Amino acid sequence: MNSRIAPTAALACAVLFAGHAADSQIHPMTGEKLAENQTFVYRLLDEPSSIDPQIVEDVSGSDIVRDLFEGLLNQDASGNLVPGVATHWEVNASKDRYTFFLRDNAKWSNGEPVVAGDFVFAWRRAVDPETASPYAWFMELMSIENAHAIIKGEMPPESLGILALDEFTLEVRLSLPLPYFAQMVTHATTFPVPAKIIAAHGDQWTRPGNIVSNGAFVLREHVPGERSVRVRNRHYWDARNSIIERVEALVINDDSLALTRYFAGELDRTAVPAGQFPKLKTEYPDEAISFPRLCTYYYIINMSEKGPLPLKDARVRQALSLAIDRSIITKSILAGGQTDAYSFTPGATAGFEPPLLASGLMSQAERDRIARDLFAEAGFGDENPLEFELSYNTSEGHRKIAVAIGQMWKQKLGVKTALRNMEWKTFLESRSNLDFDVARSGWCGDYNEASTFLDLMTTESGYNDSRYSNEEVDRLMAEAKLLDDPTANYTRVEEIISTDAPIIPIYHYAGVFMLGSDVGGWPIGNVEQTWYSKDLYKIAE
Amino acid sequence: MLAYAARRTLLAAPTLLVLIVLCYVLMYFSPGGPFTAERPLPPQVLANIEAKYGLDKPLHAQIWDYVVAIVTRFDFGPSFVYKDRSVNEIIAQGFPVTLTYGSISFVAATLVGVSLGVLAAVRHNTLLDFIAVGATFSAQALPNFVMAPILVIVFTWQLGWLPGGGWSGGKWEYIVMPVIALSTSFMASIARITRSSMLEVLNSGFIRTARARGISPAAILWRHAMKPAMLPVVSYLGPVFVAMITGSVLVDLYFSTGGIGLSYVNAALNRDYAVMLGVTILYGSLTIAFNLLVDLLYAWLDPRIRY
Repeated sequence: MNSRIAPTAALACAVLFAGHAADSQIHPMTGEKLAENQTFVYRLLDEPSSIDPQIVEDVSGSDIVRDLFEGLLNQDASGNLVPGVATHWEVNASKDRYTFFLRDNAKWSNGEPVVAGDFVFAWRRAVDPETASPYAWFMELMSIENAHAIIKGEMPPESLGILALDEFTLEVRLSLPLPYFAQMVTHATTFPVPAKIIAAHGDQWTRPGNIVSNGAFVLREHVPGERSVRVRNRHYWDARNSIIERVEALVINDDSLALTRYFAGELDRTAVPAGQFPKLKTEYPDEAISFPRLCTYYYIINMSEKGPLPLKDARVRQALSLAIDRSIITKSILAGGQTDAYSFTPGATAGFEPPLLASGLMSQAERDRIARDLFAEAGFGDENPLEFELSYNTSEGHRKIAVAIGQMWKQKLGVKTALRNMEWKTFLESRSNLDFDVARSGWCGDYNEASTFLDLMTTESGYNDSRYSNEEVDRLMAEAKLLDDPTANYTRVEEIISTDAPIIPIYHYAGVFMLGSDVGGWPIGNVEQTWYSKDLYKIAE
Repeated sequence: MLAYAARRTLLAAPTLLVLIVLCYVLMYFSPGGPFTAERPLPPQVLANIEAKYGLDKPLHAQIWDYVVAIVTRFDFGPSFVYKDRSVNEIIAQGFPVTLTYGSISFVAATLVGVSLGVLAAVRHNTLLDFIAVGATFSAQALPNFVMAPILVIVFTWQLGWLPGGGWSGGKWEYIVMPVIALSTSFMASIARITRSSMLEVLNSGFIRTARARGISPAAILWRHAMKPAMLPVVSYLGPVFVAMITGSVLVDLYFSTGGIGLSYVNAALNRDYAVMLGVTILYGSLTIAFNLLVDLLYAWLDPRIRY
């Protein structure tokens, strides 16, 4: 099988090449007049913990890493794969051996060529216990041969299933067939790093002055807690087609203050504080934007031995799920374009349309009626009220949702919910120790494929905090990995979990922010919000 | 007095040690750790990381290693969260920032506060006194988390005079708003303490005697009343100075100064033990030093005090 990248992408590149974007004042593709000052300034909520590709774990750090470094493949504005350092790839029939063909003109910011060996070094580094990468698990998720044993310290990093066949050919061997493997190499953990620079500077190699990178930008300045500035990398293979000259990320912890600074013209992009979207959308229709994201907000029910006995009854769990009027949460509390969730997998996921589950098709009145019946059948009601704790971590948003849902349960089912608010780390600890009845949770896809969600429902998943176990789900998910079209399996799994209700999906996230009307090229259609500053441009006003 | 100062300094070492042990134990037993995350790490990955930072050792061994590193190498260890930075670097970057805006705030708060307080006391029960008292009460009622957003709305958004945040190596336009936000409520407290203390002194016997001897009001104020009136103010200023130069969480948070105040709180929330302890030791040492300084100042202000 040979997966060549879409010809449209190649055509787009050719058109761009003809354009000489940087020299002219007109955008070569859209014909918009470009602003003289091509600086993009955006707000960061917190200081990213690292900008080392193999160490980085937060979203904002990954955004910076994607500008500074380039992996085998990139995503376009809709989330489709486009060439990065690799021009194309091949996969064998059993889908467990991928070969990537690298371009010969990719360069590090010191002018040296990017070769297959750089990827081999980086991937080994990610699993090396010495690196102690918090994202080593991603390499396990990618099912790279021997990754698990290397992380455990049972095999040397050199035994990892990645091989440089020659300077520009890279072979990856997997321990399982993985049809969506190519999707995963757009992730920061898989980006190449310069071995010589790391050897010379150790942990400090990511400092401005030390750092050498192969992305469209290089790090100019970094003041922790204040700002991070990156500028165009003249050695980047596609440098002539990127327009933005300078990108500044400012750390501003407070949402409202960041919004004030946006209005003052200091920022081109910032988050919209919860609940303010409708007002901002009316006042600034061109700037307030909302689009679906690959994330789900849900409640988990403790089904382990430590969990409360009544919650082990599927009828009770289902009733609790049905009694929640999602539209109140999405329309009145959040009001930022979030959508009601009845399936775990968001509708925005590529290649999979979550089934229209019965619960999602009914009216809320019908759902309430069924919920009451199920509850009565299970022996609970106003005379014999169910009591349990609902845990969430400190946040105004989580509190509002918990209060609303607690009320719905109380009014419709007579449930007495005790709200338990916890500081973040305490919350995580009690959740992983199964010291909860019902707890808040959220999950964002690691790659754009339904298994990034549904794998959580399998017995052995490390993130299955409900401790839900269903043999059929396990079998369907294992089987899905071998199928050309696993959609039927995913649909069935969604149906099963809708009946078993180990989790209660509440809403699917939306990305909600203010984006200056002079910023062009923002990938609104990319549900993972994998954005690259090289694709942005500032329009003359 | 030198012997007294030496004794106090010697006592600082065991005090700090107790502080370290206490903090370490509290951190150790608080739920969650630096590597607890929304997405729990697989046990093997977690074990690798904990081994890297020595967190797999028993508590007493961890504390021992920590203290030894500080005493022998003045090394406060690596940050567990910001993986490419050490605690020494985090303090070296954040402390000068808060030291700068904190010192300026301290000087401003003291000068304005003391002048306002003295003025109000001297013109007791006049319109001037009422205005001064009214102003200090309003200033105190306006906490910095209300003040900071208002400042940004007015000076950044509406007037466009000042940048809404950042530090830029300490250019003046970045310092103005943090100083106003930080100093206002301290200024008010200083003014109130000065006023009441000055009133008390002005009504005491030796001032009445001085008046009776016909000494000019200015000379009474400066030569006789000022020093004793300053005693309560000075004891307040010692800890205030430490609080100011170690920064305010809110000022750092609202103005993105990159100061140490926010690092401290974030370290506690992130369970970044090493940063948390490093900053605690810094706070502790400064508090001990400035309390000593205040005690020595007492002796100068009040000749009756002997050490």
